[in-house]
Amino acid sequence: MRFRAVGEHALLVEVEDAGSALALAAWARGAGIEATDVVPGAGTVLFDGVAPDLADRLAAWPGPGESAPGGLVEVAVTWDGPDLEWVAERWGTDPAGVAARLGGLELVSAFCGFAPGFAYLAGLPADLAVPRLATPRPRVPAGSVALADAWCGVYPSASPGGWRLLGHTDAPLWDVDRAEPALLAPGTRVRFVSA
Amino acid sequence: MSAGVLHVVAAGTLTTVQDRGRPGLAHLGVPRAGALDAPAAALANRLVGNPPEAAVLEVTLGGLEVVAGVGRWVAVTGAPAPLRVDGVARDLARAAWLAPGARLRLGHPASGVRSYLAIGGGLAPAPVLGSRSTDVLAGVGPPPVRDGTVLPLGVPAGPPMPHDTPRPPVPGPLRLRPGPRHDWFAAEALAHLAATSYAVLPASNRVGLRLDGPPLPRVRHDELPSEGMVLGAVQVPPDGRPVVFLADHPPTGGYPVVGVVATEDLWQCAQLRPGERVRFAVTPG
Repeated sequence: MRFRAVGEHALLVEVEDAGSALALAAWARGAGIEATDVVPGAGTVLFDGVAPDLADRLAAWPGPGESAPGGLVEVAVTWDGPDLEWVAERWGTDPAGVAARLGGLELVSAFCGFAPGFAYLAGLPADLAVPRLATPRPRVPAGSVALADAWCGVYPSASPGGWRLLGHTDAPLWDVDRAEPALLAPGTRVRFVSA
Repeated sequence: MSAGVLHVVAAGTLTTVQDRGRPGLAHLGVPRAGALDAPAAALANRLVGNPPEAAVLEVTLGGLEVVAGVGRWVAVTGAPAPLRVDGVARDLARAAWLAPGARLRLGHPASGVRSYLAIGGGLAPAPVLGSRSTDVLAGVGPPPVRDGTVLPLGVPAGPPMPHDTPRPPVPGPLRLRPGPRHDWFAAEALAHLAATSYAVLPASNRVGLRLDGPPLPRVRHDELPSEGMVLGAVQVPPDGRPVVFLADHPPTGGYPVVGVVATEDLWQCAQLRPGERVRFAVTPG
């Protein structure tokens, strides 16, 4: 763990990777670490609105190995995205092969960002990583299932976006009237199944 | 007294409902939102006897016209715009009685950007995730107020307060502490930032105060993996022009943060107009 001060009231903690960040954030919530916001990122956890002794308290973190798995959510996907053929070619397969390879993975929501309920899903092998579009699309429909680098994601609402679109889902990704508004909150395990 | 409504006859350029926002949801991708000039919003609430968490109207560059369905105390703070009730001029930062059917008009401010209208009992549209704040980036909370919007009012909690402590009239430079990625910039970057004056760009909004000036020299040019961002973070995109993150900032970002503006100084960012100049003063980390 490496600590970086962020102004007067926050601390950014650098860890090994997204999995470690998720584990640290989950542990901190469970351990009752006082913070207004605990925000896991791709390799960091931001603790915002904290007491000055935070760094001392985080020293008790046992490391990423101890974390308990989150709940599993199956996301039913219709594989009809405009970039499906492009990704299939890049992966040396066909569209059915893309669906099979993604469906065979157990992904985990590492962190949310970009939009409410937009989860960065980790677990795609590095050799399947794909570059973002050079120019983002002005409007990506809600429910689009997408890839960028080694991240998978599902757009909870229509927005501009530069990820490669593989298909779509009707899963209720974001609902402010639910007790847990984000379907894929950090820590959730995710499996794509064919609709 | 029963609850009533406030009719918005004219909404102006951008008028939103704001309270103290919805902190604690950044990990779900939800910005905190809340009044950009928080001290002005708090003062308006105190003047009409509201608790600090009551929702007010944040009015951008004036042009607001409202009619109350019931009699209530009102107060306007923040950017000094001419205020009239049924055509009669009223003082700012002072409780005024708005009789049932009376028309309140807020003109264009001579300086500053955002004025705050508090009304006894507060505005009471349905809260979303614990807050009545409109978030313009992520679209959480009540939609921006439009001509014809009718806003429910809460029940008045206390009597109006005639006096309060005024804000210091001449703001100083924005106090800045080193940020988590200040080492991605040349060693003198913070000193450079403090030695320069920046012009406020027209693209500034509730998400960020966008600044133009000499680009900050970087020593690291690799991509920063997404990480959590705080209110007041001074993020520097590849063009080198700093952006101060305000209440509707995205909860995570991928550009390095060179410094963080002190919370007490953020209200100034809410009131800076495009073309105005801003300076920073670096304080120890």
